[in-house]
Amino acid sequence: MNKNSKATLFLGLPYYLWAAFFIVIPLFMVVWYGLTDKTGAFTLANVLSIMRPAHMKALILSIVLSLGATVVCLLLAYPLCMFLVESQKKADSFLVMLLIVPMWMNFLLRTYAWQSILEKTGILNAFLNAIGLPSQHLINTPGGIILGMVYDFLPFMILPIYNALEKIDVNVVNAAHDLGANGTQTFTRVIFPLSLPGVISGITMVFVPALTTFVISSLLGGGKILLIGNVIEQEFTLAYDWHLGSGLSLVLLIFIILNIVVSTAFDRAEV
Amino acid sequence: MKSRARFLKKIYIGLIFIFMYAPIVLLIIQSFNKSKSRAKWGGFTLEWYRTLFEDAGIIQAFTTTITVALISSAVAVVLGTAACVAMQRMGRRRKNIIMGVTNIPMLNADIVTGVSLMLLFMSIGMQLGYGTVLLSHITFNIPYVILNVMPRFNELNPHVYEAALDLGANPVYAFARTVLPEIMPGIGSGALMAFTMSLDDFIITHFTTGAGVYTLSTKIYSEVKMGIKPEIYALSSMIFVTVLVLLVLVNRVQHQMVRGEGDEE
Repeated sequence: MNKNSKATLFLGLPYYLWAAFFIVIPLFMVVWYGLTDKTGAFTLANVLSIMRPAHMKALILSIVLSLGATVVCLLLAYPLCMFLVESQKKADSFLVMLLIVPMWMNFLLRTYAWQSILEKTGILNAFLNAIGLPSQHLINTPGGIILGMVYDFLPFMILPIYNALEKIDVNVVNAAHDLGANGTQTFTRVIFPLSLPGVISGITMVFVPALTTFVISSLLGGGKILLIGNVIEQEFTLAYDWHLGSGLSLVLLIFIILNIVVSTAFDRAEV
Repeated sequence: MKSRARFLKKIYIGLIFIFMYAPIVLLIIQSFNKSKSRAKWGGFTLEWYRTLFEDAGIIQAFTTTITVALISSAVAVVLGTAACVAMQRMGRRRKNIIMGVTNIPMLNADIVTGVSLMLLFMSIGMQLGYGTVLLSHITFNIPYVILNVMPRFNELNPHVYEAALDLGANPVYAFARTVLPEIMPGIGSGALMAFTMSLDDFIITHFTTGAGVYTLSTKIYSEVKMGIKPEIYALSSMIFVTVLVLLVLVNRVQHQMVRGEGDEE
């Protein structure tokens, strides 16, 4: 048996080596490049370059837009999932699947298609004018980018919330009703707390990609709106300043780690 | 009153569906548009579905996308499943460390994963191209396999495997006959997820690919400024409709199987 389990342990070896070489070492390389200058000497200049007005502006805009997109996703997804779970029909799990299917159309194309919809002479304005409403100017504005983020990441919010709501035992909800709770009380005291883990994981899954995107802003921002992701992407692919790019990536990592810490803290509090 | 609430709920669900599908419908319409400009409708045509197969660039990008997705998810399934087997025999602390590392690519931002891999490849002097893209895709695919297979192991009764050994089966045979069938659904969903992620990835590929090597995503990104070729709309529409039909069929079959079982009772 002993010899057997040693052999079993060796089965994992290829993955351990793979993870060390392709996950752990690359992260250390970002840290190393971010904390050194071109001569290899230690410096904090790359990380502190986030204080430059242009970088700071991009970071703040990223935070504001990604928080906005996260809130909108939550407000759209939660009622949707409630309605889908409520009716308890087989057909509805099919509906949930249909909400995920758009991800099979290339996401760059889907985002790009919003250009045609939001343009000045685009479909949205043609529709608004036809029903007598004034044209909206959304393309190349922060609002347009929030719309793109919501569109791209909404399924990431829907899935965990739907799963959490679906797991709630109907008897628990009925018990709350029997004990005299009204609709609002049942929701705030029973349903919402039980769905909180799903909400938290939805928030995490939307916030990180929205905060760090450079694709949505370059497709729907007309090149005029720079997010922190655009700044980092340009440092690597245009300016070839790996040290500066890594330094700014470290700033992003701080936010990602904060996000993980906050969400696990919530998870613990729940248990 | 109650039926009015139900009606409003249906409208709400409908609006979300319109929001999710509007761009897709638009792209499919665009693939039949005779005019190359996306701003105006020049009449119906199937032209792009024909010229698509003559466009070497697009065909090459499609082949690269599919082969990278297939190879990377296959390698990820082998490495990931083997790691899951090994972790069953491991102390809690070491297991936690490995699962922690496994979670990194999923929790990290794609842009950071992308630049970190690019820094690695460049500093060991690897030429960026097909090989580096493949290595990167395997790297972000393994966690999807492990996270799908691991729960299956936790539900497994280990005594069945040991019983098979006691009854004289060798470890490989015992594994294949007692453990593998139980974890197969996890392997299946892990492989499907890995394949999908690989197919749809743009950001990590963008940083780890080299001159002349394109996947569909990086090809589209490089064409955005000049205007996307209508052939790309045609290809993407075909991929999308194929997947949609497959999913609906699978759903139907599952539905009928469930109903069939119900009838027997």
